[in-house]
Amino acid sequence: MRTVNTYIGSPVERIEDQRFLTGTGEYVGDMSREGMWHAVFLRSPVGHGRILKIDASAALALEGVRAVLTGDDMGEDVPTIPFRRPNPTIGPFAQPIIGRGKVRYFGEPIAVVLADSQEIAEDALGLIDVEYEQLPAVLDRETCFADKVLLFEAQKSNVTSVFNAQKGSADEAFAKADVVVKDRFYTQRQTATPMETRGLLAEWDEKNRRLRVSGAAKLPFFNRKTMADMMKLPEEAVDYIEVDVGGGFGARGEFYPEDFLCAFAARKFNKPIKWVEDRREHFTAIGHSRECEAQVELALSKDGTILGMRGDLYVNIGAYVRPNGMTPVRNAAQFMTGPYRVPNIDLKAHAFVSNKTPAGTYRGPGRYEGCFFMERLMEMAADALQMDRVALRRKNLLTNTEMPYPLATVLPSDGRAETNCDSGDYRETFDRCLKEFHWDEKAKLDGQQVDGRYHGIAIASFIEGGASGPSEACKLELEADGSVTLYIGSSSIGQGVETVMLQITADALELPMDRLRIYHGSTDLLKEGWGSYGSRATVMGGSAIMMAAEKMLDRFREEAAKRLNVDPSSLTIAEGVARHADGRSVPLAEVASAKIVTEAKYTSWTPTYTYGAGAVHVAVDADTGHVQVLEYLVVDDVGRIINPLTLHGQVMGAAVQGFGSVFSEELAYDDQGTLLVGSLADYLLPLATDYPHIHCISTDNYPTPNHPIGAKGAGEGGIIPIGGVVANAVSSALKSFGVAPNILPLSPNRIWDLVQAAKRKA
Amino acid sequence: MKLPTFDYHAPTSLAEAVALLAASEGSARPIAGGQSLMPVMAFRLAQPSALVDLRHVPGLDSIEVLAKEVKIGAMVRWRMIEESRELARVVPVLAAAMEHVAHYQIRNRGTVGGSLAHADPAAEFPALAVACDAVIDVVGSKGARAIKAADLFTGALETCLADDEIITAVRVPVWPKRRRWGFQEFARRRGDFAIAGIVAFYDLDQQGLITQAHIGVFGATDIPRRLPNAEAALNGQEPSEALFETVGDVASGEVNPQSDIHASRDYRRSLVGTLTKRALAQAAK
Repeated sequence: MRTVNTYIGSPVERIEDQRFLTGTGEYVGDMSREGMWHAVFLRSPVGHGRILKIDASAALALEGVRAVLTGDDMGEDVPTIPFRRPNPTIGPFAQPIIGRGKVRYFGEPIAVVLADSQEIAEDALGLIDVEYEQLPAVLDRETCFADKVLLFEAQKSNVTSVFNAQKGSADEAFAKADVVVKDRFYTQRQTATPMETRGLLAEWDEKNRRLRVSGAAKLPFFNRKTMADMMKLPEEAVDYIEVDVGGGFGARGEFYPEDFLCAFAARKFNKPIKWVEDRREHFTAIGHSRECEAQVELALSKDGTILGMRGDLYVNIGAYVRPNGMTPVRNAAQFMTGPYRVPNIDLKAHAFVSNKTPAGTYRGPGRYEGCFFMERLMEMAADALQMDRVALRRKNLLTNTEMPYPLATVLPSDGRAETNCDSGDYRETFDRCLKEFHWDEKAKLDGQQVDGRYHGIAIASFIEGGASGPSEACKLELEADGSVTLYIGSSSIGQGVETVMLQITADALELPMDRLRIYHGSTDLLKEGWGSYGSRATVMGGSAIMMAAEKMLDRFREEAAKRLNVDPSSLTIAEGVARHADGRSVPLAEVASAKIVTEAKYTSWTPTYTYGAGAVHVAVDADTGHVQVLEYLVVDDVGRIINPLTLHGQVMGAAVQGFGSVFSEELAYDDQGTLLVGSLADYLLPLATDYPHIHCISTDNYPTPNHPIGAKGAGEGGIIPIGGVVANAVSSALKSFGVAPNILPLSPNRIWDLVQAAKRKA
Repeated sequence: MKLPTFDYHAPTSLAEAVALLAASEGSARPIAGGQSLMPVMAFRLAQPSALVDLRHVPGLDSIEVLAKEVKIGAMVRWRMIEESRELARVVPVLAAAMEHVAHYQIRNRGTVGGSLAHADPAAEFPALAVACDAVIDVVGSKGARAIKAADLFTGALETCLADDEIITAVRVPVWPKRRRWGFQEFARRRGDFAIAGIVAFYDLDQQGLITQAHIGVFGATDIPRRLPNAEAALNGQEPSEALFETVGDVASGEVNPQSDIHASRDYRRSLVGTLTKRALAQAAK
C-alpha cells in the first residue's frame, strides 16, 4: 500500500453528502409501490395486562381498510425473535412478535391494521375494541426482585441472567485494603433516537416465493437469516435491501416484531406492505437502553494503588430479552474498570425484566454506564485518600508495556468471555488532555463562585471497544473502462461508510477515488457479509478490502505479465500501471477483458480498544440547578486515522449525544407503566445551540497489532466518559455544599435537590 | 401521527368566519398559525369537524401604536413583535420577551390570537397580557366584546371564549417613559416550554419609591396571573437587593405549582422566587 500521498489519513470530504445535500437520497419513507398497503400498529395502552377481547369489526368496515391481523392469525404458537448473543438462561424471555393473551409493556404490538393509506389505518386504530384486565405493573428493581408479580409466571423469577465478571481475588484485595469507597449509582433509561425512525417495505414475489425487505440497516445479513428462519424460507429466498439510513446508534436495524409482521402480511396478502414508524410509537417501541443501578466498591492502598473492585449491577432490560438485550449488561460488568489497572475484580451484573419497553444497545453500551460508576468511585477515592485526583488516575492508568492487558472474564460466556486491551499508552492521552485543556490554569477556578455561578472541572479516562466479530466480506470487480467496483457487506447508517471504504480501496489498489464505485449493505450484492455495529465497519470491512485488493493486484500482475510475455514477479505495480524494467508497461484498463473479480472474507474475533480522556469545565447555577458546559475536550488514540473529518464528526456527535444523556434525556414511566414521553417536547435531545464548546483531538500513535489495517473502531470517545466527567465537575463546582451527583440525569431539578439537601444537612 | 379528516374553510371576512363557527355548533375550530393546533390534531387529541382558517380575514395583522394604547392584531406573528421598533419604544418588555418564544421557525408562524386562545400555562404572551393589564377584543355571533386579559383564562388550556368567538386584537396600555422592567424565564432548553417565568415592572415615584408594581407569573401556575402579595411588598419601598430577596420569597409563597416530568412542585416554587428576584434586579439596573 502507498504510504505517501495516500487517501488514508486525509480529510476527504464525504462523497455521500452530495446526494443528501441535494435531496436525492432515498430513505424507506420515499419508497412507494403500485397497490401498496400501509401498516399501522395497535399498541398496548397498559403496562401489564391480559387481553380479554379484540374486536376489529368496526375497523374492518371502514373504507380503505384491507385487513387487521392479531395474535390469533399467527398460528398455534406466536413466534419469538431469536437472540443474537444467546446464553443459557434467557430462552423463555424472548419477545413474541405480537402480544397475545398477555401484554407486558406499554407499546407492545397487539394488532396490525393494513389500509390504503397511513391516515386511514390510523383512523381504524380508534375503532378496534380491545378489553384488558390490567395487572399490577412492576417497574423498578425492588418490585421486580420481590418476584411477587411475575412477567413470566412459568419462570418463577423476573431475573433473566446474572453475569459474573471476575479476575484475581477481590475478597482478598478488600481484606488488605487501606481505603474502601462504595456507593450506589444510577444511569437513567434512554433511547438512541436516530433522526430517521424505523420503517420498511416488504414485498412478496408469489411466483418465485421470494421476500424482499427494503429499509435494512445495521446487520442486514443476520436479519435476513432471522427472517428466513421465522418465515420458514431458505435464506437465499430473502433479500435485505439497504437504502439510505438516517442514523442507527445501536437501536435502529435490530430485528423487531414489526419487521416480521410486515413480511408476514406481505406474504399472506401478496401485497407490498410499507411501514414507517412515527415518533410517538418510536419512543414506546424501539430498543431502550442504559437503565442501570450499581452498588459497587473500590479498594485501594494508602499510596493510591487500586487493589480491587466488587459489587452488583442491576440492569432493567424491560419486558423481554431482545436480540442483543444482554450486550449492555455483560459489557457494563466487563468494561467498568475501563483503562485502569485493577488486578482483582468480582462484579455481578443482574438482568431483570420489568413492564417497560425491551432494551437493546445504545452507543457505547455498558461502557458509558460503567465509566460513570468507575469515575465517580475514583473521585470519591481521591477525596478519601486526600490525594490529588489527577495523580490518582495517572498512577492507575495502563501503559504500553502492560499490553495486552486482560480485562475481567465474563461468565456465562456469550462467546466473548475474555478480552484484552490491545495497545497504547493510556497516560499519554491523559497527559495530552490535561495539557490541551490547560488544566492547571482552569484548576484555579475549581469550586469558585464567579458572577453567581460555581465553576468546576474534572477529567476522566475511558476505553471503547471496536471491531466486533466474526467477519466481513467484500468483492472487487474490474470494469471494462478500468474502473473498479467494490461490493461490501458493511452497511451505512450515516457514518460515512462510502467515503471511508473507498479511501481504503483507493490506497490498496493505488487508484484515484473517482475511479471507484461502492455498493454496500444489501444481501443481494454478496453471498455473505455482516454489517455495521460495535464500531466494526472500518476495521472489519477495511481489512477485507485490503485482502481483496491484494488479490486483485496479483491477478493484474498475472494478466499484465501474459501480455508482456514476462514473468509476473518481474513486474512492479504502482498507480494502476504494471511496469517492467525494460520500460514496457500495462495499465489496469488494458486487462479489463480478463474480467478480474476478487473476493475476500476477513475473520477475527479480536476487538480493538480505542482509548482516551475527556475533560470538562462547567458553571453551575445553584439556585436554578442549571449547568453550562464552558468547555469539553476529548483526546483519543484510534490506532490509525482513516479520515480525520469523519472521525472528528463522530467524536463530536457522540459528545453532544452524551450531553443529552447527562443532562436531559429520560424515558420516565408512571406507576402503571405508562410511558410519559410522547414526543420530542418531552424527550429533550440536545439542540444545535446547547453545547457549542466541544473540542476533540485524535491521535494514531499505537496501531492495533491485531488487524492488518491498524485502525481501531472509533467514534464513541465523546460519549463514554461523559457521565463520569460531568458529574465529577458538578461535584467539584459545588464542593462548598458537599454534593454527590450519583444519579443521572443531572437535570436542573436534580441538582437543585442535591443543593437543597446539602443546605439542610449543613 | 397523521391528521384526522376535517373540512377546511378560508373565509375572507370576520362575519363569515364567525358564521362558519356558529354553524358547526362547536365542532369547528379557528386556526391561525397552527403551531399548537396542528400537533394536537396529529396526536388525535382534538378532532375538529372543520378548520376555519383566518389567513384571508383582513385587518387582523397589524400593530397600531395609539396615544394611550397599542393595538396588536390577532394574526400578528411573534416575528413582527420581535422586530417592531415602535412597540419596543412603548412597551419594551413585549419585544424583549419574544426571544423566549419557541424557535424562530415557530415565531415566523405563531400568532398572538392563537396563543391567547390556546391558553397554554407555559406560554409567554398570555402572561405578558395579564401582567400588562391588556384587554382582549373578541367577535362572536352575539357581537363584539372586550375581555380583561386576567378574565380570559379560566384554566390550563381553557378560556371564557364561546365556541363561535374569535379574538381580533389585544390592546396594551402604553408605558410611562421611565418604567423599570425585567423578564426572566427558565426552560430546560432554549425555546422549550417554560418551567417558570416572571414578568415584572414598576415605576419610581418622586421620592424614589416603588409604585405600580406588577408581577406576572407563568409556567408555574394553571393560568397566567399576577402575584398581588409580592406586588404589595414592593409598592412604597425603595429598591434594594434585600427587598427583592424578600419579595422573591413572597412570590414563592403565592404559587402552588404542579409536578411533571421536568420539575417538581417544590423546585418550581423555588424557581418562581429566584426568577422574581432576578427580574426585579434586572429592572433595577
